[in-house]
Amino acid sequence: MIRHLLSAADLDRDTATLLLDTARQLGQALTGREVKKLPTLRGRTVVNLFYEDSTRTRVSFETAAKRLSADVVNFSAKGSSVSKGESLKDTAWTLQAMGADAVVIRHPASGASHRLAGWVDGSVLNAGDGTHEHPTQALLDAYTMRERMGRLDGLRVTIVGDVLHSRVARSNVLLLRTLGADVTLVAPPTLLPVGVETWPARISYDFDAILPKTDVVMMLRVQRERMTDSFFPSVREYSRRYGLDLRRAALLPDDALVMHPGPMVRGMEIAPEVADSARSAIVEQVANGVLVRMAALYLLLSGEKGAE
Amino acid sequence: MNSWLIQNASIVGRETADIAIENGVVTEVGTGLTAPEGARVLDATGLIALPGLVDLHTHLREPGREDAETVESGSRAAALGGYTAVCAMANTSPVADTAGVVEQVWRLGRDAGLVDVQPIGAVTVGLKGEHMAELGAMADSAANVRIFSDDGFCVADPKMMRRALEYVKAFDGVIAQHAEEPALTAGAQMHEGEFSSQLGLAGWPAVAEEAIIARDCLLTGHVGSRLHVCHVSTAGSVEILRWAKSKGWRVTAEVCPHHLLLTDERATTYDPVNKVNPPLRTDTDIEALRAGLAEGVIDVVATDHAPHSSEDKDCEWAAARPGMLGLQTALSIVVKTMVEPGLLDWDGVAERMSRRPARIAGLDGHGLDPAPGVPANLTLIDPAASWTVVPNELASLSRNTPYAQMTFPATVRATFLRGEATVLEGKAQK
Repeated sequence: MIRHLLSAADLDRDTATLLLDTARQLGQALTGREVKKLPTLRGRTVVNLFYEDSTRTRVSFETAAKRLSADVVNFSAKGSSVSKGESLKDTAWTLQAMGADAVVIRHPASGASHRLAGWVDGSVLNAGDGTHEHPTQALLDAYTMRERMGRLDGLRVTIVGDVLHSRVARSNVLLLRTLGADVTLVAPPTLLPVGVETWPARISYDFDAILPKTDVVMMLRVQRERMTDSFFPSVREYSRRYGLDLRRAALLPDDALVMHPGPMVRGMEIAPEVADSARSAIVEQVANGVLVRMAALYLLLSGEKGAE
Repeated sequence: MNSWLIQNASIVGRETADIAIENGVVTEVGTGLTAPEGARVLDATGLIALPGLVDLHTHLREPGREDAETVESGSRAAALGGYTAVCAMANTSPVADTAGVVEQVWRLGRDAGLVDVQPIGAVTVGLKGEHMAELGAMADSAANVRIFSDDGFCVADPKMMRRALEYVKAFDGVIAQHAEEPALTAGAQMHEGEFSSQLGLAGWPAVAEEAIIARDCLLTGHVGSRLHVCHVSTAGSVEILRWAKSKGWRVTAEVCPHHLLLTDERATTYDPVNKVNPPLRTDTDIEALRAGLAEGVIDVVATDHAPHSSEDKDCEWAAARPGMLGLQTALSIVVKTMVEPGLLDWDGVAERMSRRPARIAGLDGHGLDPAPGVPANLTLIDPAASWTVVPNELASLSRNTPYAQMTFPATVRATFLRGEATVLEGKAQK
């Protein structure tokens, strides 16, 4: 088993499949239990090191660790940003001295989890690093797709929105390719990175043309502030060209799934009627997040120590 | 003291001869020479004698960041790298934008006595790009400044650049431009391309350099002044420079050793020791830069030696300062990337690392092949030896070398500054 989960690229097909299967088994093991707790990680310490506000991701990891009976320490480092306060390296040494078995890190700088992994002995789980990756989000998305669609191999997944600044998009492209899905990215050209042509994904600027050939459409959040930096002219124009409204949702095949990693900007990239429709898996995504994070913690921590 | 008989050296890679030095000046070059009175004898069999190397682009960090480097420690690194003169960039704290600061740096260099430290003056006050610094006062100072640069920042305003180019004509100055259009590089972390897209690091596009170089070449031609382009890093820049030179404009350019050797793939480690400005680029760029240097479109190799303390490098990539050490590795990297593939011979190395930079900087006593009457500024290279870079063994106060554990050809055995041995048997003499 791998020691850290820093990038979706750390997961080969077997490992990723094992992780999703484990999430499913953990879900089944908890179903119907009065006490939603398994003793698997009793006595192990998991530190949530969050340099950014992300209540949903932190709570998801915290719940996952607690359901496995791990001790959880929340270390909120928000404010001690990269330019001031204690350095990441000093914090790493503190966590090392505390004997953290796993560190879950959310950080505004791309690559922060890679750096941390070089400074601590425990496992590092990347819970989002800058505009780089968010591998457990990709795992929960893949899990949700597999549960709802019954497969990932050959699944046509369309990811729409601010790919340039999206760690969710980067992790999803990598993991979905590993698991055999066909990914298409749809965005205004300004919100696709130079170099995207080297990614294992197709590119399109024509959302309407892609929708009928889509099994899963994943809408990414688009921050209004991008407008002020000329990535697109106005919220309305963005919405018209790349938003998932009712008209566009009707272009999807009947059994297609609508996903969003959250937090949603309703009325911008997704219409409320679509987000709340029967084909939306947005609420399941949240529930599944706990299961895949349990699976990730379980596999990283319960494997033979020092097997690598 | 400063009298030597250097025996059996290969003069700039050509014929083997003895070099006699009396009181810091070469008196004779020939075979079977007798030692001048009181001279020490050095057997240089198998070694190549080059004119002492001259670096047009060194960050010595003093005044202001003496924890990262001092004029003395940087001078020592330079001597060990075969240099006899370095040009100290102006982005110190305070900025070298007055006669007072450039004279301070110049005196610190003279006191250290390991290489000639030639201060570069800032083009604008505080490197802010708003008001021209007193260039004339720096030119007239004891430091005798001729190169002006806001390096670290681009003189981005075209009007300011035009005025600066015009103004320095009065004292045969040159503007050394850090070519980076700031509007295209806000927040930029690495070369914009395949790896930046994967790593989620904001891209520094090649065009941000090329657009400024093109503009500045046109301005230089228009006002008939001198432009020197710092650390050229892209294939497109080489093409623009070739075109500008074909017009007969007085444009010179430098390339850094790291841009001849390392690519942006290094960023995949997220180790900021690989973060530098301009950033490491692609194999295509490396190939074009090597060809441009061989052809002479790029005139010189300059180190952009940029020491940084560990707290500025042992951190997140985005939080790290850009820059890498270069003085002690430059020659070896040029041998590896240019001499070994047959792109340059030793005369070409002397031209691009000593003679041409000395002429651009206006350093009269430097960049001269050993010959009677010439100041004895030279270095002895063992071309057959190799060495492995161990960061803790470098003379710099900082450790930010990207070459740790890499093995390179060619070692510097001795360096002479006006006949005084600053390095002997590969060891600094003070």
